[in-house]
Amino acid sequence: MKLLHYWLAMTGIVGRELLRFLHQRERFISALVRPLVWLFVFAAGFRAALGIAISPPYETYILYEVYITPGLIGMIQLFNGMQSSLSMVYDREMGSMRMLMVCPLPRWFLLCSKLIAGTAVSVLQAYAFLGIAWLYDIQAPLMGYVWILPALLLSGMMLGALGLLLSSFIKQLENFAGVMNFVIFPLFFMSTALYPLWKIKESSEWLFTLAQYNPFSQAVELIRFALYEQLNLQALLFTAVAFLIFMSAAIVGYNPSRGMMVKKGGGG
Amino acid sequence: MIALSVEDLSFAYGAKKALDHVSFNVEAGECTILLGPNGAGKSTLFSLITRLYDSREGKIALCGFDLKHNSGQALERLGVVFQQTTLDPDLSVSQNLRYHAALHGIGRKAADLRIQEELERLNMYERKDEKVRLLNGGHKRRVEIARALLHKPMILLLDEPTVGLDMPSRQAIVEHVHRLVKEQNLAVLWATHLIDEIADDDSLVVLHKGQIKAKGYINNVLQANDSKDIGHLFKQLTQGQVA
Repeated sequence: MKLLHYWLAMTGIVGRELLRFLHQRERFISALVRPLVWLFVFAAGFRAALGIAISPPYETYILYEVYITPGLIGMIQLFNGMQSSLSMVYDREMGSMRMLMVCPLPRWFLLCSKLIAGTAVSVLQAYAFLGIAWLYDIQAPLMGYVWILPALLLSGMMLGALGLLLSSFIKQLENFAGVMNFVIFPLFFMSTALYPLWKIKESSEWLFTLAQYNPFSQAVELIRFALYEQLNLQALLFTAVAFLIFMSAAIVGYNPSRGMMVKKGGGG
Repeated sequence: MIALSVEDLSFAYGAKKALDHVSFNVEAGECTILLGPNGAGKSTLFSLITRLYDSREGKIALCGFDLKHNSGQALERLGVVFQQTTLDPDLSVSQNLRYHAALHGIGRKAADLRIQEELERLNMYERKDEKVRLLNGGHKRRVEIARALLHKPMILLLDEPTVGLDMPSRQAIVEHVHRLVKEQNLAVLWATHLIDEIADDDSLVVLHKGQIKAKGYINNVLQANDSKDIGHLFKQLTQGQVA
């Protein structure tokens, strides 16, 4: 009976997030426009400037657009994770988060369900992007589109958990701009999303180290290899461990007696 | 039967004390009005009862279940209408209610029946497919009350539910809640600073600066404080702060 309750609650939370996503078409469009601009404009412009040598998982010379595609999928998931976090802060300010927190299920379970819901949305966005990229002639092996699903789920969960963790620290909606500057941009630019590690190493050793241990790099590599039907074990482990750390910290952050909720205070 | 018991509860935001040794009970079949000016500690008390925060000092129990140690069983018995509307404006009335039903483990079929029952009681059933964004303030509040009752709670918390509503909407909500108390033996804790929402047979808890200044049935409290009416009593206990 209790298990059924958990199941109903989780499907309810995921269903609500998907419904909201379908109702907010502009959110869907903007989630797609951002990586598509990078693909059609940025990558096309840099095609000549950046030569990509043959490195796994690629077996031949590739165009820059092909290289950047997994990075842009990562970008979709990164922004989606941050958007979920933004909506948590918004929900908390608007009060609807309380509706969730007052339900008679453990808070860790509610946060995990919220995370799964956000990840489901990001996976839909990623597949829509891959579909458009396919039409643009960026085509991976057919089975790669199946292989990529578990990778997308794990990377989406890891980036969503990071968002959750941040939302437990952010006091007000206005502070969210800081997250853009201090989290999203460094994570994205100091990663293998736009340039391969060896290329980064050529220019700066410390940037290379940062990019190598950046969890976003590892998520991108996991996606990149999966898209070409390969498993990058190091990326998988790294992403999984990062997920566990972020999620545990987020659960502590949302704990009613220990976390940031108490420190934030409330009204009269 | 004691539905809600608050025992010696204290809470502070850092050095600022928000609640100071607060104790009171809410009985089944009674409407208890939590009266206090802005900043009295009403919202903090609601945050603690709904477990947004935990308090290290004091104890809260819902129908005998300790909120800290048996939070699941305690929260199952609780329905809440928060001060701010917590409905999703982009979803329809029934989508919002089904979401709540799912959170409380009610399956789709049973949920639809309960939704019909509660919305009909509030004359809102014909609006079940409308987007919440299109409803007026009074109707949104009715939907929130219906939602809070979907899982048949034994205790209903209302945090200033009539703020911003016109007179007829306010009156309708006050009457509806008092009817529920009588017909369903519901225990209600209603936070407000509007004294005209109080009925003669309600029970009263006056909170000011985090401390309880008076509690009990209205007549007893008036007598004990030698006050002629609640307005006078409120002024007297909150030292000139008028609602």
